[in-house]
Formats: sequence, C-alpha cells, structure tokens
Amino acid sequence: MASKGFDATSLPGFTAIAAIAFIALYAPIITLVGYSFNGANSISSWGGFSFRWYEAAWANATVQEATIRSLVIAASASLIATTAATMAALGTTRRGSFGGQTFIYVMINQPLMVPEIVTAVALLIVFASVKVATGYTGLGYLILAHAAFCIPFAYLPIRARLEGMDLSLETAAADLYANPWQTFRHVTLPLVLPGIIAGAMLAFVISLDDVVITEFVKSAGQDTLPTYMLGQLRRGVTPEVNAISTVLLGLTVLLLTVFFLLTRKRD
Amino acid sequence: MSMSAGEEAAKRRRVRDGWLLSAPALLLLTLAAAGPLLVVLVYSFLTPGQYGGVVWEFSTDAWVGILFTRDIFTETMQLADAHLAIFWRSVRLSLLTTLITFAVGFPTAWFIATRPPKARALWLFLITIPFWTNLLIRTFAINEVIRNEGILNSVLMAAGIIATPIQILYTDTAVLIGMAYVYLPLMVLPLFAAIDRFDMRLLEAGYDLYANRWQVLRRIVLPIVKPGIVAGSILVFVPSLGAYVTPRVLGGGKQMMIGNFIELQFGQGRNWPLGASLSMLLLLIVLAALLVYVRAAGKGGAHGQ
Repeated sequence: MASKGFDATSLPGFTAIAAIAFIALYAPIITLVGYSFNGANSISSWGGFSFRWYEAAWANATVQEATIRSLVIAASASLIATTAATMAALGTTRRGSFGGQTFIYVMINQPLMVPEIVTAVALLIVFASVKVATGYTGLGYLILAHAAFCIPFAYLPIRARLEGMDLSLETAAADLYANPWQTFRHVTLPLVLPGIIAGAMLAFVISLDDVVITEFVKSAGQDTLPTYMLGQLRRGVTPEVNAISTVLLGLTVLLLTVFFLLTRKRD
Repeated sequence: MSMSAGEEAAKRRRVRDGWLLSAPALLLLTLAAAGPLLVVLVYSFLTPGQYGGVVWEFSTDAWVGILFTRDIFTETMQLADAHLAIFWRSVRLSLLTTLITFAVGFPTAWFIATRPPKARALWLFLITIPFWTNLLIRTFAINEVIRNEGILNSVLMAAGIIATPIQILYTDTAVLIGMAYVYLPLMVLPLFAAIDRFDMRLLEAGYDLYANRWQVLRRIVLPIVKPGIVAGSILVFVPSLGAYVTPRVLGGGKQMMIGNFIELQFGQGRNWPLGASLSMLLLLIVLAALLVYVRAAGKGGAHGQ
C-alpha cells in the first residue's frame, strides 16, 4: 500500500478546482431561489423575505392556464411514451439478437442525437401543413411531439431493468401452465414496474422542461410554463418568473430523488 | 447441429413479436421525429414563398445561399459575410465551451471518482441535479449572476474593484459563460465513468518508476481515460453547436448562433428553404461528430482492458 502522507490519487489543484465547480454550479441556482423570496418591487434590491411573487404567479390567470397545459401535455405524453417504450423494451430485450434490431435502437435513440432546433423546425414545417389541411389546431400536436422525444428517456431505464432480470421466474410460470398474458401480467410486469415508473417520471420531467420544440409547434395561445417564461424575458427576468422557476426546480428535484431511490441497485 | 422445425418456428415467432411490440414506438417516432426530417430535406430544395412557406419549384438556391448571396444589381455571387460570421461564432463558442468544461470538469470528475464509495454517490448526485434541471431555469440563474445589477457586479462594486458595472449580458462572453455553465454536467458524467474504471494502482506504479505528477497524468491517466474525454467533448460540443435557448436569453438576439439563425428564417427572414438547408447542415455536422465518437469509442474498447 502507499505510504502514509503520500496519496497517489491526489493531483495538485484538482480538489480546489472541483470545489470551485460545485460552487459555480449551485451559486446561481441558490441566487435564483433566493431572489424568488425577495419582497422588493425591483430585482436590484432586497426587500425582506416574502411569498408575494408566489402569490402573484398563483393569481395570474395566464400562469394558471400555462401550468394546467404543461401538466396535461406532460401527463399525456409520458403515458403514451411509457406505454410505447415498455412494449419496445419487451420487444428488443431477452429474445436474442435479430436482424433490424440496430435499426430499432437507432430509431428509438434518434431524438437524443438530432439537435432539438432541427426537430423543432421539421415539426413546424409538417404540422403547419397538417393544420391548414385539417383545420385542427388543438393540443394533439404538442402531445404527439412530446410523446415522440420522450420515448428514449422512458425506454432506457425500462430496458436496463429488463436486462437485469433473469428468465427463470417466467419459465417457471410457463411450466405451471400460465399463458403468455398471465405470465406477463403476474410475473414480468410486477418485476419490471420500478423501471416503468422510473421511465415515466423521466419522460414527465423531460416533457415538462421542453422549450424549443414546444415554442415551434404550439399554436397561438398554447403557451406552456417554459414558453411563457421565455416570452416574459423581454421584460428581463422578473421575480414572478423566479418564483415559477423555483417551483419547477423543487418538482424536478423531488421526482429525481424518487427516481434514484427506484433505480438504486440493491446491495 | 441444425435447428428442428419447431425451434425455427419459435425463433421466427420471437422475431415477429419483437417487431410487433416495437411498432407503436416506431410509428410515433416516424410521425413526429424521423419522418419530418425527410420533409426538411425536401424543403431545402424548394423555392421560398413570398410570405413564408414554400413554392413547389426545385431550386438549389437554399444550399448555395448558406455561403453565398446574389447581388441583385450585378447578378454576381458574393460570400455571405453575415452567415460566415454566425457560423464562425457558433463553432468558436462551441469549441471554447468544450475546452472550458474539460478544464473544469476533469478535476471535478477526478475528485468525485477518488472519494470513498458513499461520499462518491452523494457528489455524483450533486452533479446529476443540475444535469436534469430545466435548461431555461439554469440559463435564467446564470442571467441573475452576470446581469448589470446582478450578484457578480454588485460584489465587485462593493469590493471597490470596479466603479461601474461590467456589461457582460448580451455579449459573446455571456453566451460562453452560460453554455459552459449549463453543459458542465455533460462533461463531468462521462469523465467520471471513465476515471471510475481507471485502476489507481497504475499511479503507484508510475511514481515507483520516478514519474512526477505531471508525467503520470499525461502519460498514464489521459491515454487510458481518452474514451471518456471524447464522449464528454462530443456531449458538450453537439448541443453547444445547436444551442438556441442560451444564446437567445444571454445573447439578447444580436449574438446569434446557428440555432437562432435557423429560427430567423422561419420568422422575419421568411426563407423556409434556407432555414431547411441550414438545419440539414447542422444535422450533418452533428452526425459527423457522432461518427468520430463511435470510432474513437470503438478503438478505446479494443485498446483498453
């Protein structure tokens, strides 16, 4: 072993730079959260601790509508994406490799590789024509677009879970004359459920956070919370936007914590 | 040994079920991700309509227009200086972002990987939270720090270092700071994964052979964790090049990058085909970068272990 006083793994200045990195990552977020509790009218001075901007945001009808719209889209899109991703994960794991499997992987992971602005522009072009042709301008376009780019985020944790499972329980069920559906319903599904919940939560967060694709696909009057916040920016970052950001931030941290608890490897 | 007819039928059924189960996901992705990209390719070869949209007439103007503009009086082609300036800014800022995140991210990843296991999980979680936090919120957060009345200027003025606020917001520097801030976790995570697999006993071997710390880092550590460095660099470079939100918020509309320039073609620019050809160009650059990554990762896999 290394002698005392000489740690082979320590490199000069690395710990200091790491400390600076962590401070740099968190200081702006903490500043933003702090300002959201600022009682002053202007963002340039501190006017004591207050919830007034939360109350202002809560009372704002536009914010309320955008919040509901964001939640409806995120819930619908993550439900659709998770269902499709679960089926695809069952179809692409544990059945030996088959021709075309690479094609399916590439298709599923495609939203992770193509720059968001390119997908946004592509959807703008296609949906603009469809909107003219059908006259339908509802939330369906946003839900469809969100469902598509959420699929890889739902797929990856479900696939990871399936790959870690052994086949013996399902073989046992089949030996006991369970039909494929019963095996899936009573054996596979309960085992893979934590992966499905984790995937659904990631999809929900990804949909809730999306700015670029929503900004290009939405019809008039279809602002979600992020596009509303982006639109407010012409007036500079207002304390109200800070308050909304803080709530979204809290929601993300909460969902992530649950996600980590669900996907944590058992010792 | 050849498969029996029964085994072969079972295999065929497994493959068929695989496709059937994947079909809904493939359908959604074809409708709202991959399919529309083909439409963009088609649009890049059409003629712009007067009020946006396209006229269905074949034209290569949109592709030529990426680099050249036609002088309407003399009918001669000239290099489009404004376009080149935007491309150059995008590439320069993306490369600088990659360099900065590496310079900060490597020591950070090293620090995390050399903690005891329990502390390591916590430090890693602290990197993951910003990674999953809304990009727009993180951009707003950095905006709070660097704006004229923000924390940075207030502290510097209170300390007497500067008399008037430094104008950082709405400059290239602001975009650079913002991108380095939002993409840092994308650099740290793959670097951590690579360093975590690194066998620390190699360091002791190096020191035993009288290498100094710099030599150990350069000759032993960096070559072995190279796949992680390539992965982190690609993960930062690719979204930086296609960045839209960060330059829009921190660059204030003047310091455009390719992403904002593409949007402009679909808004005030009213040149959808040019927007389409620029999108395709961006996609090609990104795919080229991914190809470099796959080849580097492949080599690393064959070389290591």
